[in-house]
Amino acid sequence: MRFILGLIGVVFAAILLISMIGGLATHFQTPAAALAAEKLHEEPKHLRLASDGPFGKFDKQQLQRGFQVYSEVCSACHSMNLVAFHDLEGLGYNEAEIKKIASDWKTQVPSINPDTGEATGRKALPSDNFPSPFANETAARAANNNALPPDLSLITKAREGGAAYVYSLLTGYHNQTPALVKQYPDAKTPPGLHYNPYFANLNIAMPPPLTSNGQVSYADGTPATVDQMAKDVSAFLVWTAEPNLESRHAAGIAVAIFLLFATILGYLAYRQTWYEAKRAVRVTGPLEPENQAKSRKAKAKSGIAG
Amino acid sequence: MSFSWARQYEPKHPFMRWIDQRLPLPRLVYGAIGGGYPVPRNLNYWWNFGVLAGIFLTIQIVTGIVLAMHYYSSVDGAFNSVNKLIMRDVNAGWLLRYAHMNGASFFFIVTYIHIFRGLYYGSYKAPRELVWMLGLVIYLLMMATAFMGYVLPWGQMSYWGAQVITGFFSAFPLIGEPLRVWLLGGYAPDQAALTRFFSLHYLLPFVIAAVVILHIWALHIPGSSNPTGVDVKDERDTLPFHPFYTAKDGWFAAAVLLVYALVTYFAPNYLGHPDNYIPANPLATPAHIVPEWYFWPFYAILRSFTVDFIIPAKLWGVLAMFGSILLLFFLPWLDKSPVRSGSYRPVFKRFFWLLVIDIVILGYVGGAPISWWRTALGQAAAAYYFIHFLVILPLVSAFETPDPLPSSIRESVLHGEKAEAAPAGQAPRGGSVATAG
Repeated sequence: MRFILGLIGVVFAAILLISMIGGLATHFQTPAAALAAEKLHEEPKHLRLASDGPFGKFDKQQLQRGFQVYSEVCSACHSMNLVAFHDLEGLGYNEAEIKKIASDWKTQVPSINPDTGEATGRKALPSDNFPSPFANETAARAANNNALPPDLSLITKAREGGAAYVYSLLTGYHNQTPALVKQYPDAKTPPGLHYNPYFANLNIAMPPPLTSNGQVSYADGTPATVDQMAKDVSAFLVWTAEPNLESRHAAGIAVAIFLLFATILGYLAYRQTWYEAKRAVRVTGPLEPENQAKSRKAKAKSGIAG
Repeated sequence: MSFSWARQYEPKHPFMRWIDQRLPLPRLVYGAIGGGYPVPRNLNYWWNFGVLAGIFLTIQIVTGIVLAMHYYSSVDGAFNSVNKLIMRDVNAGWLLRYAHMNGASFFFIVTYIHIFRGLYYGSYKAPRELVWMLGLVIYLLMMATAFMGYVLPWGQMSYWGAQVITGFFSAFPLIGEPLRVWLLGGYAPDQAALTRFFSLHYLLPFVIAAVVILHIWALHIPGSSNPTGVDVKDERDTLPFHPFYTAKDGWFAAAVLLVYALVTYFAPNYLGHPDNYIPANPLATPAHIVPEWYFWPFYAILRSFTVDFIIPAKLWGVLAMFGSILLLFFLPWLDKSPVRSGSYRPVFKRFFWLLVIDIVILGYVGGAPISWWRTALGQAAAAYYFIHFLVILPLVSAFETPDPLPSSIRESVLHGEKAEAAPAGQAPRGGSVATAG
């Protein structure tokens, strides 16, 4: 049986090695040209937020500013359908403010006319989720050059790099230099798309959303530079993706302290339990002579004194 | 069960005596994990991971049962029931979900350490072959359970992972495609697949628990192995499981749970994939479909076959992937060395560490995007994997001269309690108290 199994192993290994040699030969004979996306793609910029790290908490002022950017800019195209208006309590708004935000929201909530049964819309209530700007996917694609704006509720958890990626993408638009297009013809931005090296395939359907300083007038008077708006909305989208972040951090610290004490006490209990057992072994008696000789020989061989 | 000097259960309280005479459950527990189970006194910390695997199985079952109370197994509702209802609206739902997500990863971490411990110390050898094989059955069930659990949130990786993994079956000629359609209940993962995966994901953990009982039962016949691999000779070689190993397992479990808590509370998505926060979309294939990290080595083996040699490359890949696990069932007969512990096998030891490095490389290759050099590296590593188990192990066990074994467990302990299992002829760490004189 061992012979048969060994044969199977050799067959598998041989096929793998043939595959490997074949693959390497192909690579060195006709090396695949480097794709522009591999060369030009950039890793997200560094972004530091108040919610980072185990002690991180949200900066509510910043979240409110970010929400302002979402409602005045992003929400024209992007839905946020896992978040309800009453969740905005987490940003520090009170009940009356939330009621007003909901009823003033530019998109209505789909509803039914109680008299005729026809489809209609009504003003949003605090208990509603944020309504989508488009009635359905077809409408969204029709309005956006056949691209579908993704829902933003979980976007910072759904992209490699999280909030830093969102921030980099929002501030990463720039025009392609002619030299770049000449060097990488396949990276040339097709009509209707926009060059952004932070996007996976370099050309994104979303036009630059934050274009000029002061595009949003912040209620708290913070100067609304493009960089500031991008940071604020990224921070806000961390909150939409993870509204329980603060209670998670707080609980985590308590649990870690508890388990640290449990570990220390458990270790002391273990030492106490084993104390006699270990001592008993030590004083039971010497090693059997033949093995002691063996041990001495091995020690001499490896140059350990004893 | 195992040794004649094992303590018998003596009820202290009349009530316990009343129970014990009618249903000897207290006696069973006492003999299994209490003072009635004598354990070699020289176990090192690598022996703690079996108990830890049991702890994580329990965590998974408890958190999973509560999550199932709030989960909708429908293709329209699954994603939102996880990401809206459980993560936002259920009290501490986020904690249950993150604990379950990371609990799966930690269950695999401790199980992998447990398996590698068995590989190094020869725990699969006579008379523990069935313990080893039942353990492999548990491992296979874990993989099935974890795969189906990952499908349940119905995100992009759930969907495409299900698509790829069930696609394995279509590699088999003739019956493959009908088999795949039958398993999925359709031509692609859809409602029928999601509902049956949920049903099986709820069932299999209890099957695992049942096989764990068989695993422990089979273990208790010869008793636990130990770092010297030398058989227990008399009472001086053992200590009762309780309180000695309950104390040792206890503090170590708290320490591992601390690491688990740090990941769960402070980096809950670190071990996951961002694409699973995008709802499943059968029309958009993710750029890189990768399974969860604990499948990466096998995924690398699968992807390593790139040449249609007599049969299609895909079928080679599937056969090799299943073969890479199935060959472990033959391990007790592949490695014929009479010495169990790798500590006394100088040649085996080197190859063991080579295997560990090899599997780490396979894991890296399986998780990373495809490139020409990674594919070549993965192919070499996959080839070594098969050669290691099917060629090198039998040869090493035939030609190797093992180091001298200690004559008893007690003697090996006498080298100093710090190095609880220093081999004979090797200086224990931190100097020796006992050998002088």
